[in-house]
Amino acid sequence: MLPAILVLLPTLGLTLAWLRLEGGAWLHLWNTLLPEMLLNTALLMLGVGTVTLVMGSSLAWLVTTYDFPGVRTIEWLLVLPMAIPGYILGYVFMALFDYAGPFQTQLRAWFGPPFELPEFRSLPGAVLVLSLSLYPYVYLLARTGFREQSAAQRDAARVHGYGRWGAFFKLALPLARPSLAAGTALVLMETLTDFAVVRYFNTVTLSEGVVRLWIGQMDRDAAVQLSSLLMFIALSVVLVERYLRRRARYYQLGSQSRPIARVRLSGWRAIAASALPLALLMLAFGLPMIQLVSWAIAEVAVAEPGTLDAVFGPYLLNTIGLSAGAACLVSAVALVMAYATRAYGPPSAARARARLLARTATLGYAMPGAVVALGVLLLLAPLNEAVLNLTGGALLLSGSLIGLMYAYLVRFLAIGFGNIEASLEKVTPTMEMAARSLGAGPLRVLGRVHLPLIRTGIFAASLLIFVDTFKELPATMFLRPFGMETLSVWTYMLASESAWQAAAVPSLVIVLSSAIATLLLMRLSWSGTNSQMHAGLEARL
Amino acid sequence: MNRRRFLIYPMVGALALASLGLSQPATTAAQSNVVNVYSARHYGALEKVFAEFSRETGIQVRLSNASSQALLERLRAEGKQTPADVFFVIDAGTLQIAAEEGLLQPIESNVLKTAIPAELRDPKNRWFGLSQRLRTIVYNPNKVKPSELSTYEALADRKWRGRLCMRPATHIYTISLVASMIANLGEQKTEQVVRGWVANRPTFIDSDSRILETIAAGKCDVAITNHYYVGNALRKDPNFPVKVFWANQNDRGVQVNISGAGVTANALNRENAIKLLEWLATRGQDPGEAGLAGGNNEFPVNPSAQPTEIIKGFGPFKADLASLPQYGPLQAQAIKLLERAGYK
Repeated sequence: MLPAILVLLPTLGLTLAWLRLEGGAWLHLWNTLLPEMLLNTALLMLGVGTVTLVMGSSLAWLVTTYDFPGVRTIEWLLVLPMAIPGYILGYVFMALFDYAGPFQTQLRAWFGPPFELPEFRSLPGAVLVLSLSLYPYVYLLARTGFREQSAAQRDAARVHGYGRWGAFFKLALPLARPSLAAGTALVLMETLTDFAVVRYFNTVTLSEGVVRLWIGQMDRDAAVQLSSLLMFIALSVVLVERYLRRRARYYQLGSQSRPIARVRLSGWRAIAASALPLALLMLAFGLPMIQLVSWAIAEVAVAEPGTLDAVFGPYLLNTIGLSAGAACLVSAVALVMAYATRAYGPPSAARARARLLARTATLGYAMPGAVVALGVLLLLAPLNEAVLNLTGGALLLSGSLIGLMYAYLVRFLAIGFGNIEASLEKVTPTMEMAARSLGAGPLRVLGRVHLPLIRTGIFAASLLIFVDTFKELPATMFLRPFGMETLSVWTYMLASESAWQAAAVPSLVIVLSSAIATLLLMRLSWSGTNSQMHAGLEARL
Repeated sequence: MNRRRFLIYPMVGALALASLGLSQPATTAAQSNVVNVYSARHYGALEKVFAEFSRETGIQVRLSNASSQALLERLRAEGKQTPADVFFVIDAGTLQIAAEEGLLQPIESNVLKTAIPAELRDPKNRWFGLSQRLRTIVYNPNKVKPSELSTYEALADRKWRGRLCMRPATHIYTISLVASMIANLGEQKTEQVVRGWVANRPTFIDSDSRILETIAAGKCDVAITNHYYVGNALRKDPNFPVKVFWANQNDRGVQVNISGAGVTANALNRENAIKLLEWLATRGQDPGEAGLAGGNNEFPVNPSAQPTEIIKGFGPFKADLASLPQYGPLQAQAIKLLERAGYK
């Protein structure tokens, strides 16, 4: 299982860094920023976790249980905020809602100058931004979870005297627990990865601390130690989620023969049911889009003719190239891994080992981008020397495409593996047996039987990886080769200088492409008989 | 549903990566008409300047942008293999550290020596200041009288509680300001001052221009920013309501930093790199919008060049050039001090 080991290496490297622990650096950290980092990270996870859980599950409940005007459209639209990464939503919100922004300026015009909201550049501000861009993970999984529940179960609950709310809290919610846990775990991982939003909002967290120590203070050893701490937190999120899911899985085996009929709402209830999600969508997607578009128009109007496309064209091509490269590379590795560990033949110790290894390798998704980047850099540094000596300096590994692709592989293998494994599992072993008994070799079976059957899974995996690479910030920022700017790096750099108007153009491209990809993926999954999206998202774990 | 369709995957992947590989600058050989620049200068301020340089010399400038610290870390990691010819950052300390670590090479150039005063370049000629920026006090004239202002240290006074806007400790501007204070006042006194700032519960905003907008909107009364942000705001709106106050005029002078550059130790396009530096120290000092200093309302280093009219309007000042060479050695100490003092 070479790929699995390759993927695990960078994280192991980070763990080994504990061996050369330096007391002094830790002591200083502990006396200064570390307590605040730990507290803020905990509060941020708690805040974002709670808000997304409540928002995601109640919205999912609303659209799966009730019928009101526009429900089918709203059901789709509610995933859109996912297309705006935190590092974009963060700066748009800051520009709109901080003291000098138009929102508070208007409030002061109405209520007089002493009127002032609490400081927006703060932990609650970061929680708001991250929650608005991450709740769709919970929403999507909760929606699938609620839909998979059978009407019979719910009728039984009603017969036993539970009201609609009682049925929600006593039956639907506990039944959907695995989905909710999976969605919340995804949200928490994304929250742990983020260093951009928390930096906009003056909140020192562990991820921000890694960047601060590594880049700001050039103290790579301290950054490595801090990131291994971060790694353990991410790991515990995964383990807790897997534990919750395992215990609850068996509840889900109820039959789904009859879908749940939606309850029709009328009057003010119907209006409220349509208006609330729409208002939320306006805040999380509409408003930022309006702001981005108006900035972009202004930017295009003032830009020197030719300068914009001279810069923009190459950056766009770089981004597309990297994303396509990562999508193909990661899907290919994932296919090999999934094929090697697929359920075929009698269970054997070797296969069990392989599956365990694969599962472990896919933990890379939980690793914050800065941690993966550091790990890859540590790993490639000695290798780098060797390669330089061998090739006479012709090939530079670290800070090169290879390092970057490696980081993408570590981070996104889980998405590819989960999707492809899920679709491979649906191919019954009997088909393969039949092909083999008719004389086809393993490669021929793969080409003629498996690949055609799982191509939707491969496509979905590639698309997810493509979009995630398109949006990816930390690893790209730290490992990209000389002069290879991407849209995400460019956006962040401009946004952190408050050149918001200039940042709007690349931001819009990122948002639009991920919105299109997201809708495409939903079409694939929601039109199909099985919940591919569910599998796809869960696969990230 | 045939097998050939799946061959698309490896083909697309290989093509995508190959095109990326080809689009990268060839790092193994010198090219006659190219210079590769690692730049920490703000986007937008450099493009016009470099376009003008390319027009005049035919040398194409390739830029890679990041913060001063990120570029230094990158230069270290890449060592001899760095594709960068020119290391162009916005902080004297970063240049000094890079020079001391052997990442920059000495350049003997009479053009540079005559164009740049001795105190704005490395005595060993490994880096050269190309424009000056003054980090000073700015204020809202409706709420603060200039007579109430004096020094950076005085902002630690209780009377400024809740009235300050500051740049976070992660930014190199803050770090070098504190390094200059350590050089002048010693560590203990500086820590007292920084603790005083923190006790005044400043609003931390990681953008000098947003700090100015916040003052204009009425939240902070006083802040510390670079002078040219006010100049640039005035260029857009001549009535911009924030004023500049030159700090510490009765003692050491206002803190000065430079944006400056050096040629990397193993620069493959060394001649072009020198040409670029020489051009920036002479023609690039133009007060017009296409000038390095003028375009961003910075002060030129070249005594024969004029500053823009806008920043001339800020009045004459005394600058603390003496502590400039110590930013590099003192930055690490400054960061630790900021962390100890609880400065965000």
